[in-house]
Amino acid sequence: MSRPSGILRATLAKDLRLEWRSKDAINSMLFFALLVVVIFSFSFDPLAEESRRIAGGLIWVAFLFAAVTALNQTWARELRNQVLDAYRISPAPANSLFLAKAFGNFIFVIVLEALMTPLFIIFYNLRAVGPAWELIPVAVLGTWALVVNGTFFAAVSVRTRSREIMLPLLLFPFSIPALVAMVNATTNLLTGEDSTKYWIVLLATYDLVFTIACLVLFETVLQAE
Amino acid sequence: MNATHYLYAAYAATWVIHIIYLSTLASRYARLKRELRELKEKSSPGA
Amino acid sequence: MKRSFPIFAVLTALLLGYAFYEAMFVAPTDQMQGDVYRIIYYHVPSAWTMFIFFLTNFVASVVYLVRRNPKADAVAAAAAEIGVVFCTVVLVTGPIWARPVWGIWWTWDTRLTSTLVLWLIYVSYLMLRRFSSGGQAPVLAAALAVFGALDMPLVYFSIWFFRTQHPQPVVGDGGSIDPRMWHVWLLNWAAFLCFGLLVFWKRYQLEILQQEVNETQALQTLHDPRSSQ
Repeated sequence: MSRPSGILRATLAKDLRLEWRSKDAINSMLFFALLVVVIFSFSFDPLAEESRRIAGGLIWVAFLFAAVTALNQTWARELRNQVLDAYRISPAPANSLFLAKAFGNFIFVIVLEALMTPLFIIFYNLRAVGPAWELIPVAVLGTWALVVNGTFFAAVSVRTRSREIMLPLLLFPFSIPALVAMVNATTNLLTGEDSTKYWIVLLATYDLVFTIACLVLFETVLQAE
Repeated sequence: MNATHYLYAAYAATWVIHIIYLSTLASRYARLKRELRELKEKSSPGA
Repeated sequence: MKRSFPIFAVLTALLLGYAFYEAMFVAPTDQMQGDVYRIIYYHVPSAWTMFIFFLTNFVASVVYLVRRNPKADAVAAAAAEIGVVFCTVVLVTGPIWARPVWGIWWTWDTRLTSTLVLWLIYVSYLMLRRFSSGGQAPVLAAALAVFGALDMPLVYFSIWFFRTQHPQPVVGDGGSIDPRMWHVWLLNWAAFLCFGLLVFWKRYQLEILQQEVNETQALQTLHDPRSSQ
């Protein structure tokens, strides 16, 4: 089926190209996450032993807030240029558009995490006690969990009043299982207590369930009027 | 605080919550009825 | 239908009164907790009622997504609100009970935390309904309700698993349940369920009225665009 994947690739390439030229989203997200790191460090002593227990939570809260700033503008460009209306009329499957947006957001947030992680390690004097490679599935699955629901809820909230606040209002409660898993897996890796295996399985389950749910319901939401 | 006071507090809190909700329902009802009446008045004297 | 409402209301009031009497005076005093434990006769039935209404919202949302029947949407909207009210009662009476018995207002155990998350999810559902414009709100809300139903088992499991890794003493029911307490529980549940149904019925009518207002407004705008506001 070349058409849906063609649309997916075209939309994704367009978004990445636009973003690379303007660097709007990535710059604002980066700066925001950096600010969060610095401000959080004033609430506790980042060099103390206990910091390793809370660092996992802080990192993911910082990434979550930064992801929200990126997700909020997911559909803004489309809305401005009436692209969403065009999509509703076109025979192109809505899922291609959704996946393109989700993958685009995923790439943005992963790049952000890759840039911020060294800063966290330095500022909070972190060191992985457990197997460090396990951070990769945690980061990948965790980021996808935030981004897949975030892209969907961004599409839902783009048609509401107060759309910027609506997205986190919707995303935060629904992301709680994924956040619990991400934070605990990261904390376990940093402190070396308990295994991350089951948290990774939980994250994978969450990702599977909600990716399917988003794909099934996105067309409905797109057509809602 | 005597333990039984918590019991009374819990029962009271339950009913306070329900009463607050019921009163918001009542006021929304009144507002909607008035709105509907105004809309119907606007349409009937016209064409 | 209209005449049966006052009759049902009076019966419900009587049932609530009788259930209250049983809860306060007939049920035996708990050996460990004293009289404070009687809070559970309000706390637990409210939780069961809350589940029924949230389940109703889920079913009505699915029906709406499949059939686009406005009555299904009205049921969903009403059930969600009543569910949130009962959930609020659960979250308020829980800590009031926990404080004298276990010395702490709150604990992040599986049940309490899951109930709080359920409350958050449904409050966000109500916010979505409030902030989206008329035509889209039912579809968006119905999609959100489906997401909520998918999320809740994951929420419960994630917190349960967290608790197995970081165990703490369980705050909840202590000891075995006297069989005489069961019947008071069920009685209060029946009473609150009837009360909930009465309120739900009124809220449902409110939603139907809102739909009528929206329709009338839309028709008027069609016939005479200048007259709108």
